[in-house]
Amino acid sequence: MSVDGTVAAPAATPARPIKNELLAQRVRSARIFLVPMIVALLIVAGWPLLRSIYFSFTDASLTNLYDHEWVGFANYLNWRTLESGRTIFRGTLVDPGWWNAVWNTVRFAVISVSLEAVFGMIVALVLNAEFRGRGIVRAAILIPWAIPTIVSARMWGWMLNDQFGILNDLFLRLGLISEKIAWTANAETAMTAVLIVDIWKTTPFMALLILAGLQMIPKDIYEAADIDGVHPVKQFFRITLPLVRPALMVAIIFRILDAMRIFDLIYVLTPNSSATETMSIVSRENLIEFDNFAYGSAQSTLLFLIIAAMTILYIWLGRVRLDGGDR
Amino acid sequence: MAWAIVKRTSFYALVVAIVVIAVFPFYYAILTSFKSGTDLFRITYWPTSLSLGNYTSVLTQGSFIQNLWNSLVVSTLVVCLALLMAVTASYALSRVRFRGRGLLLLTILSVSMFPQIAVLAGLFEVVRFFGLFNTIWALIFSYTIFTLPFTVWVLTTFMRDLPIEIEEAAIVDGATPWVIITKVFMPLMWPALVTTGLLAFIAAWNEFLFALTFTSSNATRTVPVAIALLSGGSQYEIPWGNIMAASVIVTVPLVVLVLIFQRKIISGLTAGGVKG
Repeated sequence: MSVDGTVAAPAATPARPIKNELLAQRVRSARIFLVPMIVALLIVAGWPLLRSIYFSFTDASLTNLYDHEWVGFANYLNWRTLESGRTIFRGTLVDPGWWNAVWNTVRFAVISVSLEAVFGMIVALVLNAEFRGRGIVRAAILIPWAIPTIVSARMWGWMLNDQFGILNDLFLRLGLISEKIAWTANAETAMTAVLIVDIWKTTPFMALLILAGLQMIPKDIYEAADIDGVHPVKQFFRITLPLVRPALMVAIIFRILDAMRIFDLIYVLTPNSSATETMSIVSRENLIEFDNFAYGSAQSTLLFLIIAAMTILYIWLGRVRLDGGDR
Repeated sequence: MAWAIVKRTSFYALVVAIVVIAVFPFYYAILTSFKSGTDLFRITYWPTSLSLGNYTSVLTQGSFIQNLWNSLVVSTLVVCLALLMAVTASYALSRVRFRGRGLLLLTILSVSMFPQIAVLAGLFEVVRFFGLFNTIWALIFSYTIFTLPFTVWVLTTFMRDLPIEIEEAAIVDGATPWVIITKVFMPLMWPALVTTGLLAFIAAWNEFLFALTFTSSNATRTVPVAIALLSGGSQYEIPWGNIMAASVIVTVPLVVLVLIFQRKIISGLTAGGVKG
C-alpha cells in the first residue's frame, strides 16, 4: 500500500496528497525500470523453456524444426500391442539409458555434495581459527574455484592419465595401488575420477559459505563453554553445528541443484562413458548429436521438472527473503 | 605441553595438506606446459625444463588467439548488458513496494537455478530464427539467462540494506527515481558492482554448454570449447603439452583477478549464495 514506513505513517493531513503523488510516481518509474529485465528474461528464458516443453510433445528434428506434428506423450511413454498380444513400451520413461543417467546423476549429486560438505566444514574450521598464514590458505583455496571447469577437467585428465599420469605414479610409490589404473577409461573408476575432480573444484565454495556462517557465531559462547570445561569435540556438535546449520543447509541445497545439472566436467573428463552419463549429457546427446530433437526435449523437460521441484523445496525450506526489507 | 605440540603440528599438517591439494593440479599444469617432446612423458615433481614450445605452438597454430578474443568480447559485453539492466531493476525491486514484487523476485531466483539444458532446445530455435547461429552474438544473447538473474539478485540484496535516510534526503529535494539511482546510489554501489560484475564475468568466461552447442567453427568458439576440443592427429594422440599451455594461458588472468579481489569475491559469493 505504501513505499515505506516513514512515508506511510499517519502524517499530517495537508502533506497527504503530495506524498501519494510521490508514491505513484515511484511505482510508475519502478515499472519502467523493470521492463528491460523482464523482456530480456522472457526472451532468453521464458519463451525457450516453453518451446522446449512444446517440442517434447512433437516429433521435431534438428534439421526440420518447423515441420513437425503433435504426438502427445509419445516421447515420454507410448505403447503398442502387437498382433501376438505382446505390448511394446517405448519412450524416455522406459528407456534404460535414461534411467542409467538418472541413477548416475543422483549418485553423483549425493556423494559429491556429502563429501564436499564434510571437507568444506574442515576447511572452514581451519580458516576460522587464528593462525599465521591464514591469508595464504584462503588465497590457495580460491584457486580451484577460479579455474574454469573445462580446464580443471583437462588438468585432472592429464594427472589421471593411465600411462603418464602423476597420480598413478604417486599411488604406486606410496604403495596404495599395485598397478596403474586407467581412471577415466575404466567403467568402475570413471565415476570416482569425476567425483575427485568435482570435489576438488567445489569444496572451496562450500568452505567459504560455511565460513561465513561460522563467523556469525559470537565468540563468547565458546569462552563460556571453555570455562565450563566442555570438550572441543562436544563444543563442535553442541554449539558449532547447530548454529551453522542454516548456512550449511543453504550451501548444500545450492550445490545439489548445481550437481543435478552437471554437464561440462563429465563431457570432457569421461566422454562417451555410460558409467558417468548424466541427465544433461544424455539430453544433449539426443538433442544435438543423435538428432532425436523431440526425444531430447522430453528428457530435458524431465530434468527441468526435477530441478523445479527441488528449487521450490529450497525456497520453502531456506525461507528466502522475498520482501524488500521493510520498505 | 607435549600434547600442545602434537596438536599444533597436526593442525599445521592439515593446513599444509589443504594448500598442497588446492594448488598442486595448477602447479602441475604449469610444470607440464614447460615440457616438450619426450620430456612430457617423464613424470617429475619439480620443474626440470623450461621450454616455451607448447606456448608458441598453441598461440601460432590454430585459432587460439581468436578464441581468447571471442571469450573476452562475449564475457565483457554480457556483463555490461546485465549490469545495465540489473541496476535499475534491482532499485525497483529493493526500494519500491509494488504488487507482485515477491512473485517477481521468486521468478528471478528460479531462473538463476534453471538447468541450462532445459532451455537448450528452445534457445537453439530462437538463435537460428535470429540468424545468430555460429556467431558470438548467440552467446552474448544466451548468457543473459544466467548473468542477469544473478546480478539482479545480488544487487537487490545489496541495495535493500542501504539506509533509507540517504534516499529520503534526495526525495525531499525533489529528486526523481532516475536521479536517485544515478546520483545517490551509484556512488555507493561501486564495490557491489565490481564484485557482481567480476563473478558474472567468470561465469560467462567459463560457460561451456551453450558455447559448445551454438558455435560450430574454430573462428567463433570460445576458449573453454577450444580447449575441450583440442586434439591431435588421431584419437590416441592427445597433445597434452599444448592443452596444458592453453589451460595456463586462460587460467592465469583469472587466478590473478581472483587473488586481487579476494575479499570482494568472498563477500559477493556469500551474499548472493550463488553457484561457483
